[in-house]
Amino acid sequence: MAAAATSRVQLFRRRLQAGDEAAHLLTLLFGVSILLITVLLVWELWVNSALPRQKFGLGFLFGRVWDPVAEQFGALPFIYGTVVTSAVALLIAVPFGLGAAIFLAELAPARISSALTFVVELLAAVPSVIFGLLGVFILVPFLRTTVQPALQSTLGYLPIFRGPVLGVGLLAAGVVLAIMIVPFIVSISREALLAVPAEQREAALALGATRWEATRQVVVPYARLGIFGSVLLALARALGETMAVTMVIGNDPRISASLLAPGYSIAAVIANEFTEASSEMHVQALIELGLVLFLLTILLNGVARLLILGMGRQGGRP
Amino acid sequence: MKTLVPLLLPLMFLLSCGGKPPGEGKAPAEGKLINGAGATFPYPVYSKWFDEYHKLHPNVRINYQSIGSGGGIRQLQAGTVDFGASDSPMNDEQIAKSATPPLHFPTVIGAVVPVYNLPGVTGDLRFTPEALAGIYLGTVKKWNDRQIASANAGVKLPATGIIVIHRSDGSGTTFVWTDYLAKVSQSWAAKVGSGTSVNWPVGLGAKGNEGVAGLVKQTPGSIGYVELVYAVQNQIPFAAVRNQAGEFVKAGLDSVTAAAASAVMPDDFRVSITNPPGKGAYPISSFTWLIIPSAIPDPEKRSALTGFLQWMLTDGQPVAKTLGYAPLPPAVVSMELKAISQIR
Repeated sequence: MAAAATSRVQLFRRRLQAGDEAAHLLTLLFGVSILLITVLLVWELWVNSALPRQKFGLGFLFGRVWDPVAEQFGALPFIYGTVVTSAVALLIAVPFGLGAAIFLAELAPARISSALTFVVELLAAVPSVIFGLLGVFILVPFLRTTVQPALQSTLGYLPIFRGPVLGVGLLAAGVVLAIMIVPFIVSISREALLAVPAEQREAALALGATRWEATRQVVVPYARLGIFGSVLLALARALGETMAVTMVIGNDPRISASLLAPGYSIAAVIANEFTEASSEMHVQALIELGLVLFLLTILLNGVARLLILGMGRQGGRP
Repeated sequence: MKTLVPLLLPLMFLLSCGGKPPGEGKAPAEGKLINGAGATFPYPVYSKWFDEYHKLHPNVRINYQSIGSGGGIRQLQAGTVDFGASDSPMNDEQIAKSATPPLHFPTVIGAVVPVYNLPGVTGDLRFTPEALAGIYLGTVKKWNDRQIASANAGVKLPATGIIVIHRSDGSGTTFVWTDYLAKVSQSWAAKVGSGTSVNWPVGLGAKGNEGVAGLVKQTPGSIGYVELVYAVQNQIPFAAVRNQAGEFVKAGLDSVTAAAASAVMPDDFRVSITNPPGKGAYPISSFTWLIIPSAIPDPEKRSALTGFLQWMLTDGQPVAKTLGYAPLPPAVVSMELKAISQIR
């Protein structure tokens, strides 16, 4: 018995010295820790939001009133603001980012491509508060004096462009977010496009496709998993962005159809009210909002992943 | 999964905020390290005070984290700091939840002033309490409304809409502003009430004094409110407000101290001084408090804190004035000096 244990220990030590086992254990530890942190986080959010969960139940998700004085809390305006600003951001950033990535990977001369890529990656490292400041001082006045009046005079019949022109609001937040997430889309999509084997392009060209046809019909479809990955990462960043959003969104928890109206996002209200929340119910309602944001992110990620799976089945590679 | 990680980190930070403040448990290099946390509004004068006091008494080091009044009260209740600081006094429920009964010590007085952006209007506007409440309730919608015009004879007010701007972050400034509106308007008290964050009937939210001031400056036809110290330091013109005695008063060190002097001070110092009866008093002002446990077991910490309170109430007050904070009226100072002996 003792001898068997000793030999097992010796075996383990030998494998440890060989490096294999050590690497296996170490990376396993790192892998598990990510899962642990996530579970711990959800657990903490769940435990620390007991009060509002008991008081409001599922109604928390559909309540439209956020009144810390009367202790009435509903998350719907914040969910709405978060989803709408992220959607606006993706609507602007995906065409821009994908176009830029195609240019950088397929069409631009190597020197220009590497210089521009460097700038894009630099942009990704700019702290969000800087984007917020640019939003407040440049984008918002520009939107108020130029873009929004123009939108109203041309497309004012649409409900999404009605209401008073304020500058700050859902549109401003969406545009700032779009600027922030474009670098992620460009950078990762470009990598994905560059990873497409040269044979694929050459085969398409050999069949008589023009360069653009080869790009559109062969290279982009081949790289679409990577491109979707970039969009997912961008979406995650947009959903959770706090500082830049709160500076330009108007911070008003109301649901209005107009993109020009002020709104509020989940991350922004948590950052704004957490430090000065004095009642236990208020603090826990904010923590429950954190839980809602978490679930919203998982939900949207899941939907996006299903979309990708669906596209994968339609044939083609990979 | 991978994509979630950047999202998790800020949340984890928020959760960890309830934990120990940095420095707790670390052996101080010299003398006693005292930890406090709370209000951001008096932070400039507090850090100046703690610094000056440390120069006079090198064995006492006071570390103050300006994490917000709510956070300060929570940390004090949990016993993770030696003292808290708040722009609004603790309510009875919060006091009941504290392990040690806390004592309130007013330190300086702050005021909140209305700021506005009306192109073409020169000279200062004057607001009645009814006009301010009406604007923030959304019932006064245009600048040339009778409620505003009646107090501003001779000013040509435009017929444009009023864009209301308020603080989006929970803050003592909002507490003072809403506390005042709740006192002067019954419908405000019934519909909105007072608090560090409230359910605003109208308007846009901006973060911090700088956010409100910035948005007001950018938006023609807007009105907002900021702290007096902030408005003075940044030379932002602000409006006069009619007080209970019927005079239109602009906020200033004298009118704010006058407001504090005209209030009846209870023994526990938990008092709201908005809408005071006195002549010459600016109606939207408030004390800010240091909140100290009534029992401090460590004799060194106790003597350090009581020593600081003594100094703050006497030699410290002129320092506050140089930074733009209104000093305490003499009657309050002598009451507080007596109350220090309650700390055991």
